[in-house]
Amino acid sequence: MSDLVVEARNLAKVFGRGANQVEALRDISLRVAPGEFVSLIGPSGCGKSTLLRLIGDLTAPTSGSLTVNGKPARQARIDRDYGIVFQKSTLLDWRTVTKNVELPLEIMHIDQRSDRAAEMLDLVQLGDFGGHYPWQLSGGMQQRVAIARALAFRPSLLLMDEPFGALDEMTRELMQQELLRIWHETETTVVFVTHSIPEAVLLSDHVVVMSPRPGKISDIIETGLPHPRDEDTRESQQYYDKITEVREALRQERPA
Amino acid sequence: MSLDQFEGGEGAGSQAGHPMVIDAVEGDVPAATIAPAPLGHRLRRAGPAVLAFVLVIAAWEGLTRAFRVETFILPRPSLIIERFLATSDVIWSAGLNTFIEAAVGLVAGTTLGVIVAFATVRWVPVREGLMPFAVAANSVPIIAMAPIANGMFSLTSPVPKMVVAAVVVFFPVMINTARGLLEVDPDELELMRSYAASQREIMRRVRIPHSLPYFFSAMKVVAVLSIIAAIVAEYFGGSQDVLGQYILTKASLFVYADAWAGILVASLMGVALYGLVLVTERLVMPWHVSFRSAEAS
Repeated sequence: MSDLVVEARNLAKVFGRGANQVEALRDISLRVAPGEFVSLIGPSGCGKSTLLRLIGDLTAPTSGSLTVNGKPARQARIDRDYGIVFQKSTLLDWRTVTKNVELPLEIMHIDQRSDRAAEMLDLVQLGDFGGHYPWQLSGGMQQRVAIARALAFRPSLLLMDEPFGALDEMTRELMQQELLRIWHETETTVVFVTHSIPEAVLLSDHVVVMSPRPGKISDIIETGLPHPRDEDTRESQQYYDKITEVREALRQERPA
Repeated sequence: MSLDQFEGGEGAGSQAGHPMVIDAVEGDVPAATIAPAPLGHRLRRAGPAVLAFVLVIAAWEGLTRAFRVETFILPRPSLIIERFLATSDVIWSAGLNTFIEAAVGLVAGTTLGVIVAFATVRWVPVREGLMPFAVAANSVPIIAMAPIANGMFSLTSPVPKMVVAAVVVFFPVMINTARGLLEVDPDELELMRSYAASQREIMRRVRIPHSLPYFFSAMKVVAVLSIIAAIVAEYFGGSQDVLGQYILTKASLFVYADAWAGILVASLMGVALYGLVLVTERLVMPWHVSFRSAEAS
């Protein structure tokens, strides 16, 4: 038994069959410790989203072993061990903000739903917006609701697939700050897919650098930036150094 | 708070022309509301349509009088209204019978359509075997089978008319509802999968709400189609106390104003059924997009 939240060994994923086969991931080994914030970064086609989906058991690996909280990924999903946030907020149009946050609680038969939802909306600073419909909110606010929904049933792991990718730069920076605060407050383990180098460096303990065709892990960089991370962090030399380090790791892997 | 203000501002900007979006830039966040606009507001919006209607009727009346158009070509509206009032007991009795045929056909066709639509989601073979056939059948003028349906039952029975109406209603309802149930955002399905939600939960919380707009757009079409189907089926014989026979008889006797009065009854029933669908739609899904702009501006 390991106490790792995610442990992948020699994981591989092949899509399609025969001549149309595409090798999406090859020989992925990854360990994520409890409370850690890990980013997966790489160019499109490197399989970073596929790896996230494997962890969430939204797709099955072709070979290799993968455990989440010491269990097979499928069991972890069935046990509702993780919450997920996509690039699109995927809020249900016909539900108010509060009802969207309550959705997983309803499905999981968790009681005191309105209290939980209110608590979660306070966490993402949308306490006054519970009665609104998703289309009445800005893109950033919608993603906050999606985060509140993902955390509503207190999963130990939060999976995020380019959650801020569709936001404008300024909203994006605010959301990064918010996510850091929420991560500290909830002590949730986070696996975060992004294609933004500064975003990965600012948020993460470890940045997993991936390369495409086939997708594999080329480097894992520890950021070592002090907490709490704020505006000053964004202007620190160490931050720039780490960005450079990640950028160079990505460049080395680029095929000639 | 500065945070929310900032983002609210972004949202309002990015969705310009959408006044329902909270304009938090002003610092004062209004409570969200999807209540209907004030009555006066809505009357003003209806103004152009009412005006156009009045103008068309006035032009019809004026031109038929000015050029002394024969009533067998086009009777003037005032004459149609006159005959409509004079024969009201006969046409409303015929209208009620036709309405019952259409309504029974509408309910039966809708019920069957929805049941089969659910079956296409539940069983893949039903979907793959039936959907291409249903889509093809939907592009066939089913109304053409009306005379045949009459032969299947006793001469004066209203049942063949109901059957024709039901068949006409069935396909659009079934295809649209199935589409709404099936064409759900894959991300929403993945979200439900991440919750380890059962198929029943997915059906209840995602597919059915998602299918409602599709269902109602079909209902708006078939509500009127059911009346058309019933009347056309009546043209091919059967009981005399129905609108189709009334219109047919009056037309063959060259009493065109009376025939037009019958058409007016049919139109009123169509409008009434359509209105019923609209009201139900608003009650069932007040959240829907199509109501937002209409109520906001």
